[in-house]
Amino acid sequence: MTVRIRAGAVGMAMLAMLAAGGAQAAGELYLYNWTNYFPPDLLKKFEADTGIKVILDTYDSNETMLAKLQAGGGGYDVVVPSDYIVPVMIEEGLLLEIDAGAMENFKNVASPFDKQWFDPERKYTAPYMWGTTGFSYDSARVPGGALEESWASFFAPPPELHGQVAALNDEVELYNAAALYLGVDKCTESAEEAQKILDVLEKQKPLLAMYQSDGTIERMIAGEVIMHHQWNGAAHRTREQKPSVVFVYPKEGLNFWQDNFAVPKDARNAENAKVFINWMMAPENIAVASNFTGYMNAIKGSEQFMDAALRDDPAVVMPAEYADRLSPAKDCSEKARELRNKVWTRLKK
Amino acid sequence: MASPARSGRMLLTAPALAIIVAFMLLPLLLMAYISILEKGPAGGVRWGAHTVEAYVAFLFERDLADELVLNTDYLRIFLRSFWLAGLTTLITLAIGFPTALGMALAPPRWRTFLIFLVTVPFWANLLVRNYAWIILLRNNGLVDQARHAVGLGSGPLDLLYTPVAVLIGLVYSYLPFMVLPIFASLEKLDWRLVEAAFDLGARRWQALRRIVVPLAMPGIVAGCILVFIPGLGAFITPELLGGGKALMIGNLIQSQFGAARNWPFGAALSFALLALVLLAMLAYLLRYRAPPGAER
Repeated sequence: MTVRIRAGAVGMAMLAMLAAGGAQAAGELYLYNWTNYFPPDLLKKFEADTGIKVILDTYDSNETMLAKLQAGGGGYDVVVPSDYIVPVMIEEGLLLEIDAGAMENFKNVASPFDKQWFDPERKYTAPYMWGTTGFSYDSARVPGGALEESWASFFAPPPELHGQVAALNDEVELYNAAALYLGVDKCTESAEEAQKILDVLEKQKPLLAMYQSDGTIERMIAGEVIMHHQWNGAAHRTREQKPSVVFVYPKEGLNFWQDNFAVPKDARNAENAKVFINWMMAPENIAVASNFTGYMNAIKGSEQFMDAALRDDPAVVMPAEYADRLSPAKDCSEKARELRNKVWTRLKK
Repeated sequence: MASPARSGRMLLTAPALAIIVAFMLLPLLLMAYISILEKGPAGGVRWGAHTVEAYVAFLFERDLADELVLNTDYLRIFLRSFWLAGLTTLITLAIGFPTALGMALAPPRWRTFLIFLVTVPFWANLLVRNYAWIILLRNNGLVDQARHAVGLGSGPLDLLYTPVAVLIGLVYSYLPFMVLPIFASLEKLDWRLVEAAFDLGARRWQALRRIVVPLAMPGIVAGCILVFIPGLGAFITPELLGGGKALMIGNLIQSQFGAARNWPFGAALSFALLALVLLAMLAYLLRYRAPPGAER
């Protein structure tokens, strides 16, 4: 997954300033996280609670983080990898076994997040945020006021929407959406299936206004497009200002991603890292993070600390009947990645 | 033979040389080496396993029968980048040369102010300036509103997310790089030569073509290079103003180090680009080893 916009209202400069201030004695913690993905207030609270000073650095994609750790650089104590990259990191021997499953606050982790395919016993990772990638549309501007809950509405939109649809400019997300629409494996190694995916994308291309992952929220609010391939947290923040927007959980399934806390093998403050990870599994703490990011967390009882607007938005707290539509991320084989990149290049040659 | 003056010169240039070796040559060599390695299963490379697969993949792909067949996808992306950069160079030259000439002919006390005006856009980040163009060009944006206000047609112009928008953005971004070097060479121009041309019966156009342009050539060529090369690597502007529908060389390379996790191919693409740019530079050096104005 390339650049996913971890939305937050406050600029990085402020975060860095806050992290640099308030030096305490009880040691340090070097946190390496996605850009705009952690509330500054929560860092302050952690420092007040534990006396551990947090120094924050940020990245924009899992691959950036992976490359940095592979190169042996950083000196980080906590990183935030997404699901599919976790097995790669374990395989490469980059992660420390922290036995998160045995931590005091792990009892708060809701099912199915306590056991996940990428780390079945939660030996290396603890959950942070999770979200989905579907699409949203402005119900005030579509024929009949509602569209079918299907990827067909996105890949073959009604004529009224032609030229008014935007897709994420993200190789993995768009390819996966097309694969789900067709019902083929998103990690397919078959050239024929990849060709079918390309056909869908090529047919859709002239109907699109653009491929763009930045500014999805503003674009929808300004009415520049009627429909947008979007992450659910962004959809929530669009709905805050434009209530007529609907986030769709397509019936064919939608991409479901989970971000996790993990500790690099060469962490200098591994004990502080464990304190931090355990602290983050407390409902009142993780709720602050959800309020900031607009994404749901995996902790039971955090709802009561969350903003009502967030809690009541089906784009954030997924209605239970959609649970079987979630399609977990996978790390594709080398061959599958190659096919995917070829499809992407050919789509935009 | 190292005379004192010469060894002194060596000493003075040593820091610059050291920086070039450490931050330019070594990374380049590393990149060259990575481009002939096999890619690792989880990204990265397999050190010590050599192959030229990455260079073959630029032009050929393996079909189902494992035969090499020509694949023009990457070549087309390269051509698009070259075409866009070339067009940008031509347009900036067409706008930049008269601008620089006007600046050079302005009274001296005005010139500093004019140079200042040319550099004002650099005060804001490129990304911000590109977003400004989005606001200007989008349907019912400022350009449309202004057009409607003076009664020039109705309805949207549909400019944004087209190649034209990309070209506007690139020309706007790189224009100062064309104006400044041309101005620098025009400012030094000996205008008595132009007066002499007039005395000998040349018309304005002839004087411009046969005196001013040849003497300004080093500046023109420098400006063209300064616009063309970054134009080749541009990918933010095409992404933002072009709607991301067509890849540029820059996007292609970036995706090899990102989702595709194919470092050798990314390195090979960078090298192919570098080779083409070097060829262009070499042609320039052969043609203009000494600036034409200097041979007197």
